[in-house]
Amino acid sequence: MDVGIVGYGAFMPRNRIKVEEIAKVWGADAPSYKKGLMLEEKSVPSPDEDTITLSVEAARNALKRAMIDPQEIGAVYVGSESHPYAVKPSGTVVAEAIGATPEVHCADFEFACKAGSEAMYVIYSQVKAETIKYGLAIGGDTSQGAPGDALEYSASAGAAAFIFGTDKLVAVCEKTYSYMTDTPDFWRREYMHYPRHGGRFTGEPAYFKHVLGCARGLLEITGSKPSDYAYAVFHQPNGKFPLRAGKILGFSRDQIEQGRLVPKLGNTYSGSSPMGLTAVLDVAKPGDRIFMVSYGSGAGSDGFVFRMTDRIDEVRDNAPHTRGLLDSNKKYIEYGTYAKYRRKIRKAE
Amino acid sequence: MRDVAVIGIGMTNFGELWEQSLRSIWVEAALAAMKDAGVDYIDSFYVGCMSGGLFVGQEHLGSMLADYLGVCPVPGTRVESACASGSVAFRLGFMEVASGMSDIVLVSGVEKMTDVSGDEATYALATAADQEYEGFHGITFPGLYAMIARAHMAKFGTTRKQLAQVAVKNHANGALNPHAQYPFSITVDEVLNSVKVAEPLRILDCSPITDGAAAAVLCPLDRVKEFSQKSVIRISGSGHASDTIALHSRKDITSLAAVEVAGKKAYAMAGVGPKDIDFAEVHDCFTIAELCILEALGFVEPGQSGPATEQGKTARDGAFPINPSGGLKSKGHPVGASGVAQIVECVEQLRGEAGKRQLKKARRALAQNMGGSGGSSLVHILEVV
Amino acid sequence: MSVPRIWRETPQRYRLEAGKCTKCGKVHYPPRLICDVCRSQDFEKVTVSDEATIVTFTVIHTPPSQFKDQAPYAIAVVETKDGLRSTFQVADSDGSDLEIGTKVRLQFRMIQQEGEAGVIAYGHKASIV
Repeated sequence: MDVGIVGYGAFMPRNRIKVEEIAKVWGADAPSYKKGLMLEEKSVPSPDEDTITLSVEAARNALKRAMIDPQEIGAVYVGSESHPYAVKPSGTVVAEAIGATPEVHCADFEFACKAGSEAMYVIYSQVKAETIKYGLAIGGDTSQGAPGDALEYSASAGAAAFIFGTDKLVAVCEKTYSYMTDTPDFWRREYMHYPRHGGRFTGEPAYFKHVLGCARGLLEITGSKPSDYAYAVFHQPNGKFPLRAGKILGFSRDQIEQGRLVPKLGNTYSGSSPMGLTAVLDVAKPGDRIFMVSYGSGAGSDGFVFRMTDRIDEVRDNAPHTRGLLDSNKKYIEYGTYAKYRRKIRKAE
Repeated sequence: MRDVAVIGIGMTNFGELWEQSLRSIWVEAALAAMKDAGVDYIDSFYVGCMSGGLFVGQEHLGSMLADYLGVCPVPGTRVESACASGSVAFRLGFMEVASGMSDIVLVSGVEKMTDVSGDEATYALATAADQEYEGFHGITFPGLYAMIARAHMAKFGTTRKQLAQVAVKNHANGALNPHAQYPFSITVDEVLNSVKVAEPLRILDCSPITDGAAAAVLCPLDRVKEFSQKSVIRISGSGHASDTIALHSRKDITSLAAVEVAGKKAYAMAGVGPKDIDFAEVHDCFTIAELCILEALGFVEPGQSGPATEQGKTARDGAFPINPSGGLKSKGHPVGASGVAQIVECVEQLRGEAGKRQLKKARRALAQNMGGSGGSSLVHILEVV
Repeated sequence: MSVPRIWRETPQRYRLEAGKCTKCGKVHYPPRLICDVCRSQDFEKVTVSDEATIVTFTVIHTPPSQFKDQAPYAIAVVETKDGLRSTFQVADSDGSDLEIGTKVRLQFRMIQQEGEAGVIAYGHKASIV
């Protein structure tokens, strides 16, 4: 029995802020940040957008491609590190907004940037175990970067949604794999507003160890090699890391480029590799295989192998393409507006 | 139904009355009206108040004000129809006397708006709109009228300048009104450059937040001479109508159906038409409101209110003077009191007691009061007997 | 904003659910007990279209207390593709990009919240297409 993606969709805010704008305020050298991070600008949520609103719009786009009755969705999982409530799931609002309630299972996931791929991983298993007919997995964030910190240049907002099922597939999920160790590279304690991280420690012992470990494991259990794939999507905290990981593994830049949204989008955290996957699904052809490895600090990676079916050509255009959303209808803002939108300005009680 | 006369009027100053409470301003106006009427007792009273609860935390005004006026066990009834509360009080008092149930009825209105902050007052006023489907989204009263203005400008070519001229005219009148909150003239340029409130309306297009009270005493026409030697003023017409609460539900956003229906009913009762009215006090909560009201009452054809104002037809020396008191804009708009304050002006003019504001032709007056964005409206016609 | 009130309106706020009069066809948003056109009391559940155009609009500079930090924001009366008129904020707009007739799509957004600790009331805003 094939299990895979029936519908997919992405959504992001219209606002953008350029690296130069942020660098100007902190007296930093913009060109070196742009070069070092391979990043030009990032998305910024409006004050009335949060992980829930972005997830609902992404889910609606996924439904437009899935073309199923939302009442048939048996589980809704939302993965994020910026859930609007500490207690009260994002998933309940999403499920209610798309009309999936009340016969639906709901849970919120959290694992830094891989909370979205976690939701996908678990939904896949539920569908495979035949406990549900269709399941909705969402990865989305409106992540905060501490003012003046390196992560402020990249922490952005966006969401991707996937409806998994066993029929009407646009992409079969051939294999899932997960690789995880306890690694304190990036964390946020309860009640703290901004996360903290280990600087250069977030590279080799964290991102690369787990992305490469997961990728190699996935290649091994599928008995495949990089050239078997039309596209590869890696977690993208900046423009450089996915290229370096791909190169080490033997993927070409061409395979990675379509799903590498970060230079214009920023790091959407739990939306990062999932949104990259949606951009690939927008262009992949029937028969193409797709290799995806996420990463979440803490740390771990989820891996997936997908194979496109014929149905993608029928439904691909039912909802906006991800790169279309990325490149059109943009509103550039400057740092003051950005700080106001992201509630970084301390106000009176 | 018997004929009813207005034998006494009274009002407080309108403005920010920091040292006075809701009960004290109401009693002041009530006593002034009773004194002017020459009565030392009343059979009942009606008080229009949009929200004693939201502004000062006080309900049960029927009891409290009877108590503070010292007239217990006389019954008091608080009525509410947003900004039309005052004229509802007037109409119910009229009906109580006309029906024969009572002879001397005090009709009044009061609002004490300055104990709360500006945005709390904006919220309280917004409760006159549809809470779930307008207010929930952040609409304000200036916002609703601004949307009417934009639609009116697009449909009829009404200009920003014509809107400003309404405010200029009303201030020119209010400058002569000793009770007015803003008794000074303004210019078109000042209006056009004043702070934006809800585009295209600016602060000088908007009536203010005001404390104040107004009252009148009614009695049967055939008993007037027992109490008062002043001109006999008869209530010849009364009309009351409703419309949808939400602006988006209206058949036509640029016209005020409740005003039109209330106007027609009042004209029919009085046996007159718009051409027979010498002057009118209308509900200029925002400059655009006065323009739409002129059209709804049939003083001008739809779309012609802007040009008519620009040509001076509604000025004190114009063909049909509108708001000789200064209107809500210059006189002030203590919500529940405004409808009754309009009656006070009409009676002063009809008696020839309006001082510097006195109009040459003042035999038959029309007072039009409105709630929310036009969800309710009342029209009364008064004439000298 | 009270919790029961926010919750009760969920079908209208989240899913744009309306009631269509089975006798005369008028769509009521929110649904009602009695049709104000034909006085029938029989309705079927429908969903309002998310495609609309602007009928009239304003930009609010003096907001009520719950919207204090959001000013200036645009609010419009919109008419949906299926002929229904209702009021929504216009998202991401200071009004300079709006005209009567501008096409919009109703999008899921946060509408109100009671401070940083209160419940968030979600709904729709009009977003320029």
